Formats: sequence, C-alpha cells, structure tokens
Amino acid sequence: MSPRVRADREVCIGAGNCVMTLPQVFDQDDDEGLVVVTDPDAQGQPDELLQRAVMMCPAGAITVESSPP
Amino acid sequence: MADVLTDRLPLFPFRSPDDDPFTPVTAADRRTLDGPVTRVRLPTGGWTWLVTRHADVKQMLRSDAFSADMSRPGFPLLRPLPPQTERNSQGTFIRMDGQAHLRLRKMLTAEFMIKNVRRIEPLIGTVVDDALDALQEAGPPADLVATFALPVPSLVICHLLGVPYADHAFFQQCSSVMLDEGADPLRVRDAATGLRAYLGGLIESKRAAPEPGDDLLGRLISERVRTGELEVGELVGMAVLLLIAGHETTANMIGLSVLLLLRRPDVWQRLATGDDETVDGIVEELLRYLTIVRTGLPRQAVRDVEIGGRLIRAGEPATALLSLANRDDDVFGDGAQFDPYRQAHQHLAFGFGVHQCIGQPLARAELRIALARLARRLPGLRVAADPAHLPKRDLSIVYGLAELPVTW
Repeated sequence: MSPRVRADREVCIGAGNCVMTLPQVFDQDDDEGLVVVTDPDAQGQPDELLQRAVMMCPAGAITVESSPP
Repeated sequence: MADVLTDRLPLFPFRSPDDDPFTPVTAADRRTLDGPVTRVRLPTGGWTWLVTRHADVKQMLRSDAFSADMSRPGFPLLRPLPPQTERNSQGTFIRMDGQAHLRLRKMLTAEFMIKNVRRIEPLIGTVVDDALDALQEAGPPADLVATFALPVPSLVICHLLGVPYADHAFFQQCSSVMLDEGADPLRVRDAATGLRAYLGGLIESKRAAPEPGDDLLGRLISERVRTGELEVGELVGMAVLLLIAGHETTANMIGLSVLLLLRRPDVWQRLATGDDETVDGIVEELLRYLTIVRTGLPRQAVRDVEIGGRLIRAGEPATALLSLANRDDDVFGDGAQFDPYRQAHQHLAFGFGVHQCIGQPLARAELRIALARLARRLPGLRVAADPAHLPKRDLSIVYGLAELPVTW
C-alpha cells in the first residue's frame, strides 16, 4: 500500500506550515529545513488537520489520500 | 487609448481612514472595484490587476506564471524605482524567481524553522522582560512603539544575525526610508546603499576574524561563503532583507495589536491568563485582521494565465491584495469583525507561494511572547492619546503606528 501522506522535497520551501499544523506527521530536517514525513500513514490523525496541511502549504508540496471509507 | 482608460480607474493603493487603522480598504474604495479581479491605477502611471479574493490570491501567488522581479519593464511599482545596479540588488532574493530565488532561500530555511525558533524562545523572553522592566522603571507615560514594539524584534534579529544593536538608530532609519512609498527615489537609493555598506563592513570584519561567530551571518560565512557557494555581495543582500523584515514587520504588528486589544478588555484578559494555544489563536486572528502589508504583493505575468475568471496576459502587472483576501467572507465568516475565537489559520498575512515569509515562526513566537507578557505585566495598560489621531506609517509598505502613547 502506498503511503497516505507524501511530500515533495523538490518543491518544498521550508515555510513550516505543515509542522505547525501536524507536528505528529511532519518535521523539517536539520540541514536544509525541508519537509520530512515522519508518519506517512498518519493513522488516527484527523482528516481535517491533514487537509489543512495540504491547503496551507504555500508551495503545494503535500498530498494526502483521503482515508478509506 | 489605454492611457485615457487608465485615468478613469480607481487609484491604488487605498489608504485606511485617519481615525480607523483597522479598516484596510474603506467601503467607498471597495465600491469602486468592479469585480474580484479588476484594474486599478498606479501612482507611477499605468495600472495593475488587483486580485482580492482569498482563493484567487492563493492561486496567483502559488503560480509560476508570475515574476516577482521588480526590475522588469512593466512591473507594477508604487514609487519610481531607484537607480539600480547589479551590485546593489545582489542577494535580494525576495525579488528573484525560480531556481535563482530557491538557491538563496534554501540557505536560510533551516535557520528559521520552528524547532530552531523554539530554541531561541528563552532569548525572546529575556528581551521582552528586560524591555518591560525598563518600561516600569521609567514609569508612565511612555511611547510603546519606541520603548517596546520596535526594540524587542530589533534586539532579537540583531542577536540572531550577529548585528550590533548599538547601531539600531542607523539601520532603523535606513529601513524606514526604504519602506516608505512616499520617499524620494534618491533617498531610497542612499538608504539602501548605506545599509549595504554598513552590513558589508560588518560581514568583512566577521570574515577577517579567525572564527566568524556563532550567529546566522557567521554561519553563512563559514558554511557557504568559505566553501564558494555564496558570494559576499549576495550575503550582504540577504542580510539587508533579513534585518529589515526581521524588525519592521513584528514591530508594526505589536503596536497595532496593542491598540486593538486595549479596546477589547475581554481579549486583553484572555491574553494575560490564557495558555500558549489560546494566545497562538489570538495571534493568528491579529495577523489576519491587521494584515500590515496593506499595499499588496506586486507581480508581473510572464505568460497568459487565468485568475478568478480573468485572463491576465503575459507582461501584464498584477497585485495580490492580502488585506482584502484576509477578509474574504467565503473563508472567514463576517471577515470584517475581529474574532479571537475564530479559526484564522488560513490567513495570508505572510503571503503565499514560494516567497511566503521565511521568518514566520520567529514572528509568531515574538508576538505570542511579547503580547502575553505585556498583558500580564501591565494589565491596566491604556492609550494615553486620542486613538483617532495617532500618527500612522501611512505611506509605508508595512503599515503601522508611528507612536502609541500609553499609561498604566
């Protein structure tokens, strides 16, 4: 199964909105400050916050598959 | 002829009423706009597409169909461009596009990320406490801008960059001229040249030292300049941007926020007693409601693009009006009202797209710590002047109060 949460480090500009929104799922690496998905399955994380991370990303670097019904 | 038509367009930028710094665009000015993406006249001649809806502003600022390069012919300018040379614009990545912009920005992202800002929160706390101690020791009345709103973020950014705060009168004067749309272009050029020369000298002395120092400029010298990745002139331009953005924005947010909060004793009380999460929520709503970059973000289309149902052609200028996007009722119900309980996180006060404010975690931490500690220390703070006649920074790219006389 492919991961539910994906982030494109080529597109990321390190604004950190995702880390502010869901620190349980997103982080920034120490060297470049770019996005790292620490919990790609994001189990138990509210859809609302995952969607918020997608919407708030200024670079459009994050994709989240909607949770299975 | 286009010029004849341009004369009939509403003149931009709009101004807040003298007695109401909380209304970024008056109802009368809004009535002159004939749609969410519409043309307005610029003070430098010509016109720009004004983009005002939240969704359209996001689309525009995220799109690579627009350039942020002010030196392009036809770029929407609010004042004539000072004479530019390649040397004095080097490193100004806020005005660059594509890979050239990303190359410089990415050298800074780790410095300003949330976890690193968290490490300097104790420093911010000390700076805030020291300013409050000095304020109390001197006793009322005081100008809160000069004694608190401006020194706190100036001290913090000086510490982060490794710039001596003792020189603050000089760089604050330079930055206020550089941000003043009403300033003569030659004065702007002199201020920019002066600030570059000052920071250039500082960077040279750090380079000459055996250890460049454990601050942002020192680290960039050891990790990027000495490795040949970054030219000294580029570092100077980056330092200018960070120094200006690092104190002007937060300073104006603090001043305007206090003026607003003192009208709302209930929110002032919540600020003093609330936990970090409560204060963070209030800060987000202040950022949305006050949107201090009121003249919008200027861009120029580099290819044809549709925004909000309008075709913007290659070469045409466009301006994203953050202040109206942040009051878009479709996203923020009753957007003209300040509501500290609302979910304001989708605001665009820091911009959007690849140029979104790199220092936003720092700005948020400074605002949370400064406002909460001020409310705790001086719960009885009140404005000591007629609030309707406070001097504003009306012609500044960063809007705010020039003074805020207070007593307690």
